[in-house]
This record gives sequence, C-alpha cells and structure tokens, in this order.
Amino acid sequence: MTTAIELDGLGRAYGERTALAGVTLSLPAGRTLVVFGPNGAGKSTLLRILATLLRPTTGTARVLGSELPREAWRVRGRIGLLGHDPLLYRELSARENLRYHARLHGVAPARVEALLDAVGLGLRADDPISTYSRGMVQRAAAARAVLHDPELLLLDEPRANLDPAAAEALEPLLAGTPDRPRTRVVTSHDPAGGLAEADVALGLRGGRPVLLAPAAEVTVAQVGALYR
Amino acid sequence: MSVLSALLRKELRLELRTFESVPGMVLFSVTIFVVFHFGLDRASVEGDLAAGILVVTLLFAGMLGLNRLYVADEEQGGFDGFLLAPVDRTWLFVAKATALFAYLVALEIVMVPAFAFLLLGPGLGQALPELLVVLALVNGGFAIIAALVGAIAVRTRARDLLGPLIALPLLVPVVIAGAELLQPLLREGGGGGLEAKWLAILGLYDLVFGLLSVAVFDPLLED
Repeated sequence: MTTAIELDGLGRAYGERTALAGVTLSLPAGRTLVVFGPNGAGKSTLLRILATLLRPTTGTARVLGSELPREAWRVRGRIGLLGHDPLLYRELSARENLRYHARLHGVAPARVEALLDAVGLGLRADDPISTYSRGMVQRAAAARAVLHDPELLLLDEPRANLDPAAAEALEPLLAGTPDRPRTRVVTSHDPAGGLAEADVALGLRGGRPVLLAPAAEVTVAQVGALYR
Repeated sequence: MSVLSALLRKELRLELRTFESVPGMVLFSVTIFVVFHFGLDRASVEGDLAAGILVVTLLFAGMLGLNRLYVADEEQGGFDGFLLAPVDRTWLFVAKATALFAYLVALEIVMVPAFAFLLLGPGLGQALPELLVVLALVNGGFAIIAALVGAIAVRTRARDLLGPLIALPLLVPVVIAGAELLQPLLREGGGGGLEAKWLAILGLYDLVFGLLSVAVFDPLLED
C-alpha cells in the first residue's frame, strides 16, 4: 500500500508562537487519520500545511508523493479542503460558486449539477450563499471540496452545523467509493464518533502530538483526556 | 483562457451583485469635480490645470477600486479556494487587472462628461480619439499597479492606508506622463496628435510593470 502522507518533525511557528511542532507520522493511502485536540491545539494548522496553504517552518512533509512546499504545485488539484471557512463567495449562488471552482479544476459542469443534487441543494442552487443557513453553507462547501474528486480530503470538523440526516447524506461523498476510498485527515471533537471512523488517531495539545496510535488501540477515555 | 474567463466572470458578477467599487468611484470623482468647481476661483479650467485635475481625480477615485479589489477574496476565502486549484496563479493577477481596467472605463464613461460639464472650458469633441488612447494607457498602468499592490495590502490590517501609500508613489510616472499627454488635448482647439515621448514613456511603463508584476505575483501569494 502506498503512503499518502509522511510527516517528519513537522512544525509551524508564527513568529515566537509555536502553533505546531514535532508531528511525525505516516498514513497509507485510503486510510483515515482523525486529529483530536482542544481549540488552538494545532489541528487547523496541520490541515493547512497539508493543503499546501501554509509552509512548515520545521520538519518535512511528503503528501501524495510530493515534498511540500517545494513540489506543492504537483498535488494541488489532488487535495480537497473542507475547513471552517467554506471558501464560497457569499453573493454568488451555490451553482455559480461550484461552476467557478469547476472551471479552475477543469471539471465538467455536469458534475456540479450532480453534486448539488447529492448535497440536497438542487432547489436552492441559484440563491446566493448569503441566504443559506449554516448547515446549507456547509453542504455547499462539502460539494466544493469533493468537486474534483480529490485523492486526499482534509476535513476540519466536517459535521459542524449539520443535522444528522445531512451528515449521513454527505458521508458517501466524503468517504469515496469502496473500490477507491479517499485518504482523509479529519479533525474532530467527538471522541467516540471520531474513533469510529479513524484508522489512525492523532491527539494534539499545545501544538504537540501527545497521542498517536492505530484507532483500534485508542480508547474514548484517552481521547477525552486531551480536553481536560 | 478558461481560468481567466472563470476569474473574470466571478469578478464582474460580484461587482454587479454588490456594487462595491464602481458606484463609489463614480460618486467620488463627481464630488471632487463639484468641489473643484466651487473651490477654484474661475468659471472653467483648461490645459495643464485641467489635465492635472482629471488625472489626479482618476487616480484617487481608482484608489477606492484598489482597496476593494481583493476584499471579497480575503474575507470569503477566495484566495484559499484559488490557491488550492491546479492553475497558474498569474491568472489571478491578469483577471484582477482586467477587471479594474473595466471598472476604470465604466468610471470614465461618467467621469469625463461630468468633468467636461462641470469644469472644462474647451469642448472635447476634436480631442476625443487621443483622449481615449491616453486614458487607456493610464488605466492600464493604474490597473497593473493596483492589482499588484492590492494583493500585498489586503493581507495587512491597515490595508486601506497601505494600498494607496504603496501605489501612489509607484504611479507618479503615470500621473506625469498622463498629464503631459492630456494638457494639449484639453486646450481650446486641442487634438491633432500626441507627443511621442510621453506616449512612449506611458506605454513602456505599462509594459515593464506588467511584466514585473507577472514575475513577482506568484511568490506574493505564498504564505
């Protein structure tokens, strides 16, 4: 099995403040890494580095076979990011936003229509994003993140603002297909739910890894301890 | 070209939905002319004074456009969305410069007649073709600098101040060359050709800064 993500001593500092330090791990392709940790633990920073949006200040990162940030151009377009920010223009409709991203990624317009239906926005697809509820924005953002069928999906609390039915509806999109499961890095504050979908669990506190193990060997109590 | 077209469509759609740039620029320029109309102790202006007023007003009105150029991208994640795409980042610069050029043309469609009505003594009829050439070159230089400087300024806290502070000194050659080219056009019986030296300076400025901006834009977007 090929390695999708390989990190060695990865870290990021903002001036004097260290947001992330000493993250070393390896994630095979098609597996899910779930990152736990309280607010400010460095989860989003890790995701942004993997998405090529931030440069690491220490260590090395190899994503989908390319070294970051030197070869970032090779992996852009193979990565999808669903973060706290939906990356959608509020004054444009979901359809306009997705068509815009589709053209940037060289994706056929038919895929946009299929995704709008898949996330349940078909009837509101022409309304501006600014008129959507938070859950609807999250669904549109999820459609944007998987629009180009990325090999690696980075999900920052993907079920935030979603009702159970919407979360369930998105699951097949975010997980990929059985014959081609996506490699995923997911941040979560839900120990039981996160461990249930994880192959590997990473716990961060103060930007440093304090827990790294196969999910099957990690207990809910261990994850819960990160937040105390 | 598909990327440029997607970026341009997005820019123009956002402007048409929000009217954040062009109406403000137009209103500002007309207000400045009204202020000059009452502030100057003369019924009308022409020649070098008229050229100076027109170019400087265009520049200041354009600053409003510069300050808004990347705001939606910065505040709504447009930068990240674009940076995640496997496309040449220079297209963003080209799209922003082209969009701002279009905003300046829209501004001038109102601004130039307003200037002629409120301030200018001589008629513009004869000099109109030359005037359009000069304005196109001024717009080009302004749009290039604004698209470059806007990308730097928008990521800072003092973006509304920093943009003009960086852009205005860089635009001094555009102001000088633009005013030099305009002043014979804005005299009584103006028109009949443009001075080659200033035309070359303005054209060269646009070319050099255009190439320079293309070269440095990608690293500017890096974290």
